[in-house]
Amino acid sequence: MTIFDKLLQFFIGGITNGSIYAMVALGFTIVYHTTEIINFAQGEFVMLGALLMVSFSLIPGMPLACAFVLAVLGVTVVGILVNLLVIRPVRNPNHISLIIITIGASIFIRGIAMQSWAWGKGEYASTPFSGETPILIGNAAMTPQAIWIIGITLTILMLLHFFFENTITGKGMRACAVNPRAASLMGIKVSRMVVITFALSGMLGAVAGIIITPTTTASYKMGVMLGLKGFCAAIIGGLGSIPGAIIGGFVLGVLESMGAGLISSAYKDAIAFVALLVVLFVRPSGILGIGDIKRV
Amino acid sequence: MSSRIHITAVLVLSGVMLCLPLLLNNDYYLSVLIIIGLNTILALGLNLLMGYAGQISLGHAAFFGLGAYTSGILTTSYGVHPIAALVIALGVVGIVALVVGVPSLRLKGYFLAMATLGFGIIVNILFKEMSFITQGPSGFRGIPELSAFGFVFDTDLKYYYLVWASTIVILMLSANIINSRIGRALRAIHTSEAAAGSLGVNIQSYKLAIFILSALYASLAGSLYAHFIGFISPSSFGFHFSIVLVTMVVVGGMASIWGAIFGASVLTLLPEFLMALEDYEIVVYGLILMLIMIFLPEGLTRGVIERIKGRRVG
Repeated sequence: MTIFDKLLQFFIGGITNGSIYAMVALGFTIVYHTTEIINFAQGEFVMLGALLMVSFSLIPGMPLACAFVLAVLGVTVVGILVNLLVIRPVRNPNHISLIIITIGASIFIRGIAMQSWAWGKGEYASTPFSGETPILIGNAAMTPQAIWIIGITLTILMLLHFFFENTITGKGMRACAVNPRAASLMGIKVSRMVVITFALSGMLGAVAGIIITPTTTASYKMGVMLGLKGFCAAIIGGLGSIPGAIIGGFVLGVLESMGAGLISSAYKDAIAFVALLVVLFVRPSGILGIGDIKRV
Repeated sequence: MSSRIHITAVLVLSGVMLCLPLLLNNDYYLSVLIIIGLNTILALGLNLLMGYAGQISLGHAAFFGLGAYTSGILTTSYGVHPIAALVIALGVVGIVALVVGVPSLRLKGYFLAMATLGFGIIVNILFKEMSFITQGPSGFRGIPELSAFGFVFDTDLKYYYLVWASTIVILMLSANIINSRIGRALRAIHTSEAAAGSLGVNIQSYKLAIFILSALYASLAGSLYAHFIGFISPSSFGFHFSIVLVTMVVVGGMASIWGAIFGASVLTLLPEFLMALEDYEIVVYGLILMLIMIFLPEGLTRGVIERIKGRRVG
């Protein structure tokens, strides 16, 4: 294998992981965009999606696509519950208390998953969507699942773009992002928009968890690192920016993959956080962020 | 008036801690009390930062770990005297806190939280991966007992008195800080940075000073912990422990130094009481964090303390 082939291989791996980070980052971004809340339970949505998919696909006669839809719906409900039961009752919503509350929610969800009779502390594998015969691109190999991951991510991006640009609800959410009070004066039900953003972030998290599971394994603790790295991606790209979340995800995935391959895999997890610190210290508004100009 | 109540409270606490071993003189209770003392020191530091200055840190376990590892490595691998190692650890942690604090504390809210979180995770990965000095993920063994001026703290009882004497000194130091000019400046920063700045408060240097001080508390607790346990491993200083520390501050009540003892005690004892429920510990942690922040954002103790102090502090 020449160095070029190796780099290509790392790049493919990076784009694949990057898709997942991008999807998690989108979950953070959509909620932050509308509500200025960082939902630290986002990683647990990923974990729940993965574990629900594993459980549903074990039901005899259940088609893969049905299990997929059921798992996404399940986590969507959890997203809505987090909003209604945990975020809405907060009387004094400042940054510190919201950080602590959503961390509390994430610990709680993780604990429930760990204690549930269905999952416990086990690690579960799920079958790839379409076989395991790798496809060769030059001398680099790409698994069919990687193609699914990248394809589904791109499809969701296009759907989201359509949603925000062309639907009334999507436009309403953008209005809430700019100015919630003005939005509510224009007849937009802000609280309903917030519920929808949490539902969407649950869906995105679930999809990320479902499509990644065949390449790794699913367990109650998988959400922590994925959530944190998704958040790193969101900040690297520019917190609150939807294209930023995607670029941040891909940049992070490729950086990690190159770093692990060319430098040392022992420090793979550190790369994301070093990149995070560099971005925060040098340009906190991220690659695409427009800074604090919009928000006063 | 409030200072007299503080002195009385410190005397009462000292008396109670002095006599407690007479009632609970067995090694298990003593070791739990020692851990409560160390956690109190940690919570006091984080409380100064979070409760008074309003700056969150999600990576405080890193400073605790740096103190513990510096003390452990210097005394075990290089034969440095424990007291010298403890002082060097304070120096190391102080410098790290300075280097991390200068760029981090320019950030606010979520960005500061993420910067400290990222720092904490990087340090934890270094503990795991730099096995040529830290002995890697399985942990660092054989840390000797603490000794000072020929006196060896070789029983849990001796160590108990050392730790609680340190805790009470740190408590008084913290009380003095918050009741001084510095404390007023910190509260002003918490309320409104812009207003504090326009009144001539040097915001950056106050925030940095309190960040470094809270890191030094953590370093001290880390050194004492390393000599007490004799064995340290990266898992004790990870993201999870940083969250537990934040929980201690929240449960005890932000901006309440007495709350720090309460929060540290509750969260140290909780796993012991939950032994029957075993793994439900984590579920209960999550519930406590959510319920207190939603319904009692001032923490469990603050309201009561405030009333005792005659509501002098606004």
